[in-house]
Amino acid sequence: MKRFLLCAVLTVAAFSMDSSARDNFVQIKGSDTMVNLVQSWAEKYMEINPTEFIAVTGGGSGTGISALIGGMCDIAASSREIKNKEIALAAKKGIAPKEYKVALDGLAVIVSPKNTVDKLTMDQLAQIFSGKITNWKDVGGTDAQIVILSREVNSGTHVYFKEHVLRKGDASSKEEFAQTALMLSSSQAIADEVAQNPDAIGYFGMGYVSAKQKPVLVAKDASSPYEAPTLENVTKGIYPISRPLLMYTPGEPKGTVKKFLDFALSPEGQKIVVETDFVPIK
Amino acid sequence: MSLRDIKEFCIEKLILISGLASIFFVVLILLFLLREGLAVFQVVSPLDFLFGQKWYPISEPPELGILPLILGSLLVTAGAIIISLPIGVACAVYIAEIAPAKTKEILKSGIELLAAIPSVVLGFIGMVTIVPWTKTIFHLPTGLTALTGSIVLAFMAMPTIVSIAEDALYSIPKTYKEGALALGATHWQAIYRVMLPAASSGILAAVMLGTGRVIGETMAVMMITGNSALIPHSFLQPVRTLTATIAAEMGEAVVGSEHYFALFAIGIILFIISFFINVTADLFLHKKR
Repeated sequence: MKRFLLCAVLTVAAFSMDSSARDNFVQIKGSDTMVNLVQSWAEKYMEINPTEFIAVTGGGSGTGISALIGGMCDIAASSREIKNKEIALAAKKGIAPKEYKVALDGLAVIVSPKNTVDKLTMDQLAQIFSGKITNWKDVGGTDAQIVILSREVNSGTHVYFKEHVLRKGDASSKEEFAQTALMLSSSQAIADEVAQNPDAIGYFGMGYVSAKQKPVLVAKDASSPYEAPTLENVTKGIYPISRPLLMYTPGEPKGTVKKFLDFALSPEGQKIVVETDFVPIK
Repeated sequence: MSLRDIKEFCIEKLILISGLASIFFVVLILLFLLREGLAVFQVVSPLDFLFGQKWYPISEPPELGILPLILGSLLVTAGAIIISLPIGVACAVYIAEIAPAKTKEILKSGIELLAAIPSVVLGFIGMVTIVPWTKTIFHLPTGLTALTGSIVLAFMAMPTIVSIAEDALYSIPKTYKEGALALGATHWQAIYRVMLPAASSGILAAVMLGTGRVIGETMAVMMITGNSALIPHSFLQPVRTLTATIAAEMGEAVVGSEHYFALFAIGIILFIISFFINVTADLFLHKKR
């Protein structure tokens, strides 16, 4: 009997703990680009609010959004906007995803410091990455074949670059990366290859640029000024290849989710954005 | 029935179940692959899938042609075998015929060690050594090519080829060699006119099993072949293999999407290729006996 009572007490305790834990527990899933940033936010947040717990996992923007639709996470981190198809899918399950712009990311187009080309227009970039311009001499460089480096298709950066640079934001465009493009599995792999290959061109988040790569100045079109991927230019919105980093909640956020989002958007949260090499929204 | 008999019976059945387990698992894996993979043929015909020349799986609508991937895998594998076969067989001949006992032991453990090196380590070493070398030697725009992949994979196929070819050489009756020597053949003549032909089916089996090892390799090829889904025209171009495609893209493919099904269909193709290779290797091995 004693034993039975103990069991009952434990069960009740477990249940009550479970329900209280649910309010304090937030699951964030999504973008690999953002995983360091979100993790830093979570660590700082949990330092301030020790009774609450934030779990962060990566997997890619698409993975995060499908988890949000499937009710498997409380916040989806995404480096691309939610697609209409996904909104429709969510609506079917009675979820109306709410979008928060939490930071900005500038994509740097990088070449080797030995490369003589140091500025390109968006149109030239589109033609290089889709394989229409194949020689550096056509964009003012030496006579050498251009080696295109891209991230794998599982990367939100790959998708963003395709949609906004190759397709120029035109949803009906069928432009693709050249079949000759080398698909590398990480930003670091692209950084390494660019460092040792003077004919290579690649792209990644501006936080990855080091002295071994040279970021190319980019202009919106031939008559616009060429801009560098710097914090200042991205904040001002004059650097053409920058994207918002987003968070989605299933419907109106409340409790810990809301507190966490408020923290991310607070001055302290935005300071962490700068520390992790992204660009604050304010 | 005594306790002893019952014990005997139980153990016998347990061993039987263990024996059948592997077959059971293979069948389960095949069924799973078929269930997930065949769905792709609702959006793309098998012919377009196998012979389509464009692989843009995340576009709308997706282009799901895996011909460049199949050719990429075959090219890298063929290159690896061309490199590792002569070296591997020569190594086996040396170990089986020429080396003194002590050297033999050292060589054999060296080869076992080579087999034990994780492929990601070989891939990494290849990336920082063979990739830049290939680039400078052949004056290429990039060193991430099929050839680089073949060289690194040759290291991985070598242990398989050496150990099976060596077994084949050992299993030739002593009388063959003695007969050849008695007829006045030199040691080298005996090896390449008598022993190697006698061991040929075993050596072919070694090649097939080496091929099986290489075609399924993923990590190293993903790191050093450049992964461009382009139909290769030479060894000095980047290629994308079937295995690297699955590994690189599975993480993001939305479960239930065409892309997801297509990756499983690639799994089916790999399964068929390995099955074919293993059956051929078995045929050669049994022909010998």
